[in-house]
Amino acid sequence: MDKKEIICIVCPIGCRLTVSKDKDEYKVTGNSCKRGETYGIKEMTNPTRVIPTTVKIKNGFLKRLPVKTNGSVPKELIFKCMEIMNHVEVEAPVKMGDVIIYNILEIGIDVVATKTMGKT
Amino acid sequence: MLNYDIVVIGGGPAGLAAAIEAKKNDAKRILVIDRDRELGGILQQCIHNGFGLHVFEEELTGPEYAQRFINELKEMDIEYKLDTMVLDISKNRELSAINTKDGFMKIKAKAIILAMGCRERTRGAIAIPGTRPAGVFTAGTAQRYMNMEGYMVGKKVVILGSGDIGLIMARRLTLEGAKVLAVAELMSFSGGLTRNIVQCLDDYNIPLLLNHTVTQIKGRDRVTSVVITEVDGKKKPIQGTEKEYECDTLLLSVGLIPENELSKSVHVKLSPVTSGPVVNESMETTIKGIFACGNVVHVHDLVDWVTKESQKAGKSAAKFIKNQLKDSIDVVKTFANDGISYIVPHVIRTDNLENSLDLLMRVKDVYKDAKLMVKANGKIIKEINKRHMAPGEMERINIPSSIFKEKNIREISVAIVKEGE
Repeated sequence: MDKKEIICIVCPIGCRLTVSKDKDEYKVTGNSCKRGETYGIKEMTNPTRVIPTTVKIKNGFLKRLPVKTNGSVPKELIFKCMEIMNHVEVEAPVKMGDVIIYNILEIGIDVVATKTMGKT
Repeated sequence: MLNYDIVVIGGGPAGLAAAIEAKKNDAKRILVIDRDRELGGILQQCIHNGFGLHVFEEELTGPEYAQRFINELKEMDIEYKLDTMVLDISKNRELSAINTKDGFMKIKAKAIILAMGCRERTRGAIAIPGTRPAGVFTAGTAQRYMNMEGYMVGKKVVILGSGDIGLIMARRLTLEGAKVLAVAELMSFSGGLTRNIVQCLDDYNIPLLLNHTVTQIKGRDRVTSVVITEVDGKKKPIQGTEKEYECDTLLLSVGLIPENELSKSVHVKLSPVTSGPVVNESMETTIKGIFACGNVVHVHDLVDWVTKESQKAGKSAAKFIKNQLKDSIDVVKTFANDGISYIVPHVIRTDNLENSLDLLMRVKDVYKDAKLMVKANGKIIKEINKRHMAPGEMERINIPSSIFKEKNIREISVAIVKEGE
């Protein structure tokens, strides 16, 4: 039986959840609301995160352009995404929301600029 | 002499929201002054997401949150000066400021809004023993180097202090390939938000050492190691528990201090607890026509509440120049009682209240299943049950204005009552 202890972040209470798997059934204990149960199961089955980071930029007034994935990426792909973003260099001007990497790792998620940066 | 209706000092989230709201309330000539090269303040280096959940009901990154206000400011044709330093303020609301384009300026304002934010405590503030090598940064400085200037600050890192910036930087460094060995926290709980502990430390298996502190920094030119020691109930290091961590970098996330040099130059009264100005219901300081908002008043954990507080300051400043702020004799004082470290605002002039008033406060310790008890003239007027409260998470209590007005109230107090008491 799989078992995992996680802290719920749905609200500031921070319940300590225990999520266990019995055959194909997930069971959450320690939660104090329904949302905690949903969160616990999601964290156990398919945890995802938005990745905010930077890419290199030429001719901008800063050397780095902040970017983010425009959707949540499966947790185990975070470092693979970072590796791709580490090799990207863009050129100013860039507008907030511009797609910097289209369909990263072919998971249907784009990397977009989170800042407008003019050419210097 | 330049003349303005309102001069806002600081172009971060507080200053932007205050200026925009003042303009919406008919203030005509507004000037925002910032010492940085762009508007947006510290949000520009906070590239992580999680901003705006309350104001916009979506998760934005810092630059995105800032950009929304910058766009609005520009659309409203509000003037601003960048790379400009305000040198001092006088009681009659004259400012001197300087930059390389305009040179020295004297500016006369009908109202001033202080929105200078806060700055980080440094190694000097906490006096860590040891040598003085390179590689010791405040977490915010490291954040600026990495996210804006493109410099990696280190490869093997120890972080002292589990405030939000420290937690965020633990993840940021990890994503960029550094190894974060541990986050040491003097207190028995983290001052950071739970979601940051989970998503920045737990996600990457970074240990959080509660009741621990850095007792020595070693290295001649660059940090070579730091010693982390457990502390007892009185926060004194326990001999024999020292552990040496080989590393090249130490980040400090050990608290923020409101930046009030300018406030002091004009003798605005400061609170010894918040280190920020004492303010009334309109976010006005003890000097008429000088308002303050955001982290310069008290350090917030969520920018959303900075925005809300600053909108109030902007609106109040606009009212002030129209002579609509009343200097009433009906004054209510707020008192932080058991378990509460402070309440903002400190003073309430009931004539200026709108429908309701938010009391913002911090609790002193971590409390489970406790009550926030609000009393007016010693009588209970509101009780709020709380499953969880922590010093890292600001509490807000909304009080309807009718309560202040109807019963000739002189004081409002808030205290924590634990279950069964």
